[in-house]
Amino acid sequence: MVQICTMIPVAQEVGSLRAMGSGGIVTPTGNPELTPEKEKEFRRDLVLRALQILQKDVHE
Amino acid sequence: MAEKIRVVHYLNQFFAQIGGEEKADIGPGFKEGPTGPGRALQQTLAEHGEVIATLFCGDNYFAEHAEEATEELLRQTARCKPHLLIAGPAFESGRYGVACGALCQAAQARLGIHAVAGMDEENAGAAVYCKNVYIINSGDSVVRMLATLQRMVALGTKLVQGARLGRPAEEGYIPRGIKRNAFAAKPPAERAVDMLLAKIHGEPFQSEIAAPQFQHIKPAAALRDLSSAVIALVTDGGLVTEGNPERMEPGRPTRFTTIPVEGIDRLDPKQFDVVHSGYDTAFANQDPHRLVPLDVMRELEQQGVIGKLHESIHATGGAHAAVENATRIGQSIAKQLKSAGVNGVILTST
Repeated sequence: MVQICTMIPVAQEVGSLRAMGSGGIVTPTGNPELTPEKEKEFRRDLVLRALQILQKDVHE
Repeated sequence: MAEKIRVVHYLNQFFAQIGGEEKADIGPGFKEGPTGPGRALQQTLAEHGEVIATLFCGDNYFAEHAEEATEELLRQTARCKPHLLIAGPAFESGRYGVACGALCQAAQARLGIHAVAGMDEENAGAAVYCKNVYIINSGDSVVRMLATLQRMVALGTKLVQGARLGRPAEEGYIPRGIKRNAFAAKPPAERAVDMLLAKIHGEPFQSEIAAPQFQHIKPAAALRDLSSAVIALVTDGGLVTEGNPERMEPGRPTRFTTIPVEGIDRLDPKQFDVVHSGYDTAFANQDPHRLVPLDVMRELEQQGVIGKLHESIHATGGAHAAVENATRIGQSIAKQLKSAGVNGVILTST
């Protein structure tokens, strides 16, 4: 599991070992300041990075 | 009080003066009246109570035959018709502590009598039984025998009399995780500032909230082949089907949603809603993909980057979730996903 979130130290504290930064607290996979097209690109980049992290080994 | 409290005292073979480790294999036994530390127990009870009998069992025997030993000790306890079972104190002895906890829990549940155990808070028995049994924290040294017995008697007497118990720190027992409403003299802001000032001045203060303990989690192995993997989307941001037919709570969640998305390319804001009392849901309601990236995941599936997008989205609300409920929700979701053959999960968190 990979977690896209804002408070990474909190995620790690509770044992979430694959955590990455998000678009923000209220929009983890979005950014309302962008145009819809740019926002979707932003989301696609986030998701691709998340999928990369799933393919990496992590240690406690 | 009118009636003396009838007490049965449980000890291990050592404190019952049978012998040391060489006698740790002896089975359950019975003596009339107080034995060993039971004499201090009787002195503490004074005219308010009487130690009717001492029950004992070898530490190894109990550890290896817990069920039989408990049965026999319960039978002996029942025969004495006590109001109260006092077990230990066991200090830091793990086998003894576990036996005390197990016997107290069984006596409460099956005989309907009150029970108080004593042991160090680090004793393995404390971790196992502190939620169901009142355990006075004895510390790890036998020097505290009398002080511990006094607290055990004070607490046991209150239980028998049906008196209201104070906080764990006041009564000396290990917290059971029970929350109770109480009136405070000062409002929260003043209490918080008082605590902060005490902290700055290096003075003692007590937090009103115990920090939860989290389990150690073993990381999952890396995903080897993304192009054949089934990936699921999960969120703690409160996605629900419009109208919230699964009745997911906006805060303090106890459940999660299962939203079918097979054949759906995008999350239409008219068909989905976000229920969560912990953040401003306006942006996610405008476009649910800001919370759950279904649109791009569907494209990545069609482009063959991932094998398959899982047929359901699971969601819960993260606001003020109790750790116990959050753990149960997480484990339930993980179990469903595993049995559905999901290989990887993207969890989006608000």
